[in-house]
Amino acid sequence: MKIAIKLAYRNLTGAGLRTWLNVLVLSFSFVVILFMKGVMSGWDLQAKTDMTQWEIAGGQYWHQLYDPFDPFTLSDSHAPIPPQLSDELAAGDMVPLLITQGSIYPQGRLQSVLIKGIPAKQSLLKLPTHRLDTVTDAYPAIIGAMMARNLKLEIGQYVTIRWRDVNGTFDAHDILITDIFSSNVPSAEAGQIYLPLETLQEMLSLSGQATILTFRDEKKERPAVEGFTLKTKETLTASIDEMLKTKEVGQGILYLILLLLAMLAIFDTQVLSIFKRQKEIGTYIALGYTRGQVVGLFTVEGALHSVLAALVGALYGTPLLWWVAKNGWAMPIDTSEFGVPIAQTLYPVFSLGLVVSTTLLVVLITTIVSYWPSRKIAKMNPTEALRGKIQ
Amino acid sequence: MEKPVISIRHLVKKFPAGKGEFTALKGIDLEFNTGEFAGLIGPSGSGKTTLLNIIGSLDAPSTGEALVLGNSIGQLSAKEAARLRKHSLGFIFQSYNLLAVHTVYENVEFPLLLLDYSASERKKMVLEALEWVGLTNKIDSRPPKLSGGECQRVAIARAMVKKPSLVLADEPTANLDADNSHHILKTMETLNRELKTTFLFATHDEKVIGYLRRKIFLKDGRVDKDEWVK
Ligand SMILES: Nc1ncnc2c1ncn2[C@@H]1O[C@H](COP(=O)(O)OP(=O)(O)OP(=O)(O)O)[C@@H](O)[C@H]1O
Ligand SMILES: [Mg+2]
Repeated sequence: MKIAIKLAYRNLTGAGLRTWLNVLVLSFSFVVILFMKGVMSGWDLQAKTDMTQWEIAGGQYWHQLYDPFDPFTLSDSHAPIPPQLSDELAAGDMVPLLITQGSIYPQGRLQSVLIKGIPAKQSLLKLPTHRLDTVTDAYPAIIGAMMARNLKLEIGQYVTIRWRDVNGTFDAHDILITDIFSSNVPSAEAGQIYLPLETLQEMLSLSGQATILTFRDEKKERPAVEGFTLKTKETLTASIDEMLKTKEVGQGILYLILLLLAMLAIFDTQVLSIFKRQKEIGTYIALGYTRGQVVGLFTVEGALHSVLAALVGALYGTPLLWWVAKNGWAMPIDTSEFGVPIAQTLYPVFSLGLVVSTTLLVVLITTIVSYWPSRKIAKMNPTEALRGKIQ
Repeated sequence: MEKPVISIRHLVKKFPAGKGEFTALKGIDLEFNTGEFAGLIGPSGSGKTTLLNIIGSLDAPSTGEALVLGNSIGQLSAKEAARLRKHSLGFIFQSYNLLAVHTVYENVEFPLLLLDYSASERKKMVLEALEWVGLTNKIDSRPPKLSGGECQRVAIARAMVKKPSLVLADEPTANLDADNSHHILKTMETLNRELKTTFLFATHDEKVIGYLRRKIFLKDGRVDKDEWVK
């Protein structure tokens, strides 16, 4: 094996331009694949961070009837805040949220929305709730940038909302948009408006009640709370993992094309060199190589492309990837239209495991692609190889 | 009595040709002893290369037997044949067959890499072999930069470096001018005398024939004449 690597290295570097061309193509695939994988893990990290900061903090208690996918449950999914949580609540380590279904009438059009009540004084979530602490005739409200764009609403604008109170009676009132925030978290923005908690409780005649209780401390032992279900951070962020998994399938196709291109170049080189180097193959055999050893030599030679590619890729890829990891990668399109949590600027994350596993995968595939045409050597007749007569 | 290095009995070699067969060797009987400097002489197509290839275990007889250093060529597995070539045989080709991207030193070292010699042993043996052929000043050159005569001397050093029992040389001077041919042949003669290596040539070059101590004339796949030079 040591001999094979030594000889393969001599043969490869001796072959010159063609080798380096293949190495370059392969190293390019390497770097692009790493880049894209890095973007994915950066995205994952960022989406979870954003979701934590804007929506779920250390975890949540959900009212047992609350189902985010079924708005009809909303009229029943609320209960008085359990007294056992009042300490955390008072310390500002827990934020109650009351949710109801309603409609909004921007420019006279009807659009159904979730109306969320949140304490104006909370500091647990990044939502600019202090802007709800305003005295106006209308109810003060904050909305996400996605909503604002969809409904063509601006700060300072008045708009009517309609809702049903606990008795099922319709009621309407104007709200005043006091702030528009941008969170990159669709589940905290899309189709919803935030009002002061007390206002909403009053609107619904549900004083002291909440649908969701978001807490800060994720490590604390959480006893069961009557009428509420505990949702840990992991369960709440699981949807991001799932969403990214579907994206990865799409990316896989791109990797495949990239790898295919690089592999085609190497396959072609192998086929050509086995044809062109018949005399050399015959010579190896005349000097005492078994045909299996020659197959091994050619396979190592092909596989060595990927090792050189990893080195060359590291040469220009390391500074490049380090730079994007540090400065971020600005998405060329408006990400808010995606409907998935994605920031306008992503910071890719390149872990050691990612680099090592990608390298190993590419080396493995290259080895297989190099071995495949080399098997032909094992069937060669040495005297004909020496004469260079095999077509 | 000493055992012969090569012993060939009733050797027939047929090649498939079109629908039928072509018989290139039609019953050869020959014996070679240690230290011979012999040549197969004959016109093109007489079967010289075919016979040399079988002796070199690169090909197998159709019928009959070829014993080389006690190994029956037809019976060897591919691995055993490779081991025989690796340890005991040296090949010299008409077109040198050097590895173009390797230096002179690396070319000569090549057969030793297969034989588990240590780096220091290899170095000693390579330098010795290059001294035999008078190329110690071109150690780091690569074959494309060498003249034909120099290339063939590298090939001889490569064939001789492991001190094989038998060297097979197929038209080694065909690409060389008269001066180079004589130089090469004198080198081989010296090695034959000093190392007791058996040399077997295939040739129709008069210059080579002049050096042979045994001339075997092949004609149409048969031994026509077998004569020793006094
Ligand atoms: N693999 C093969 N398949 C078919 N015929 C072959 C094969 N190898 C050799 N022959 C035939 O066998 C005969 C002897 O060939 P060989 O190469 O041994 O001749 P040679 O004496 O070495 O000739 P030259 O001086 O031209 O090298 C030729 O007629 C050749 O065409
Ligand atoms: Mg011939």
